[in-house]
Amino acid sequence: METAIEVQSLVVERGKRRVLHGISCSIPGGSVVGLLGPSGSGKTTLIRSIVGVQIVKSGTITVLGQPAGAAALRRTVGYVTQAPSVYADLSVRENARYFAALYGLGSADADRAVADVGLADAAGQLVGNLSGGQRSRASLACAMIGAPRLLVLDEPTVGQDPVLRADLWAKFHDLAANGTTLLVSSHVMDEAGRCDRLLLIREGRLIADDTPAAIRTTAATDDLEEAFLRLIRNYEQQEKVPA
Amino acid sequence: MSVRITLATTVRILRQLRHDRRTIGLLLVVPVLLLTLLYFMYDNAGPTFDRIALVMLGIFPFVIMFLVTSIAMLRERTTGTLERLLTTPLGKLDLLFGYGIAFGLAAAAQAVVAVAAAYWLLGLSTIGSSGLVVLIAVLNAVLGVALGLFCSAFARTEFQAVQFLPVVVVPQLLLCGLFVPRGQMAGWLQAAADVLPLSYAVEALAQVGAHADPTGTMWRDFTVVAGAAIVALVLAAATLRRRTP
Repeated sequence: METAIEVQSLVVERGKRRVLHGISCSIPGGSVVGLLGPSGSGKTTLIRSIVGVQIVKSGTITVLGQPAGAAALRRTVGYVTQAPSVYADLSVRENARYFAALYGLGSADADRAVADVGLADAAGQLVGNLSGGQRSRASLACAMIGAPRLLVLDEPTVGQDPVLRADLWAKFHDLAANGTTLLVSSHVMDEAGRCDRLLLIREGRLIADDTPAAIRTTAATDDLEEAFLRLIRNYEQQEKVPA
Repeated sequence: MSVRITLATTVRILRQLRHDRRTIGLLLVVPVLLLTLLYFMYDNAGPTFDRIALVMLGIFPFVIMFLVTSIAMLRERTTGTLERLLTTPLGKLDLLFGYGIAFGLAAAAQAVVAVAAAYWLLGLSTIGSSGLVVLIAVLNAVLGVALGLFCSAFARTEFQAVQFLPVVVVPQLLLCGLFVPRGQMAGWLQAAADVLPLSYAVEALAQVGAHADPTGTMWRDFTVVAGAAIVALVLAAATLRRRTP
């Protein structure tokens, strides 16, 4: 499988603070990759760097064979920010149709994306009147229009009820089976097991980059939360003893 | 830049406006109410009312569209829609011209209502045509939109955005020739007035008030205001960054 995202020695500073300390990772195409870490660990900064809206200090990011943020990628990368970035004073359908129009697509594509996230019944409602979970699904629908080759989703399942969350993950895997790459951030560890591959980030450093099965084996536990805890402890011990 | 994306953006902004009935009501009714107030202040129609009401027909759209646009654009920035739009095929000018056209159309509706009320209900009389008054009012609205788009880049909150009104708009109101004719001001004030676009808009309206046919001065003023609007839009484009810290 070709590589969808290649990050090399990425350093990002926001203000005087260094947020990412030389992250390198490689994300295979056609997979669902989870980006996990506590809030404030640098997940959103890494995601913003990958979609090309973050000023980076050093390092390189290659997305689908192009430098991150290249004009050609604007048609092939779908991005959902953490706060639902849709227009609260438009209906779900009007939002979707506007984003469809940006990609040169019609209302049929927009309506399909709305149905795909389970909002067909709420399509005529103003986004401002929706619940938080519905709002973030409206935002997700706008990113799925135009069948992007890479979908970058910053915490898309926050506030969703368990049934809908399961539906969304099934949808993510359907998309991946058709060749789409998904990078999904989450701070909920129980979502980690649903990913093909996991990146664990903590205080701006990458602590693990592997499949869930390999992470369980390395840490010698079946519980992913416990496994992460052990990996973090190991990592911190190594840091203390200079090689 | 793409015509299709610009028009889609225009339609989107007009749809947002359509869902906001109260704003539409305020846009259409407030200028008429203020003109009516002037009418009674100046003891019904007369030459002073004619002069001031004519200038106000140009100033209202400028001030209102400046405020509406700076808040609308600030909302795009703070809700994350701007960041998201800049990861799509949308060009910066598509967004800025989308705002310019959408609010320009809203201003055209506003100007038609205000001008109709001024001439028919309040007895405004000008030697030149009322159509030119509408045209200049719409151009002023576009200038307000362009300056609002530019200024919103320097505000992080709505509170800050509103403060740009006294900074950017009020000096132009004071110096545009409404209170003291530009020729009677001290030299340095005249020089300041000469570089502010609203002065030209007010002069153009005065030309419509005094001459039956469009004059050369009116068209020159019209071009100056249009040029200022384009410069402000280009400056606004320069403030839109795809990459932010």
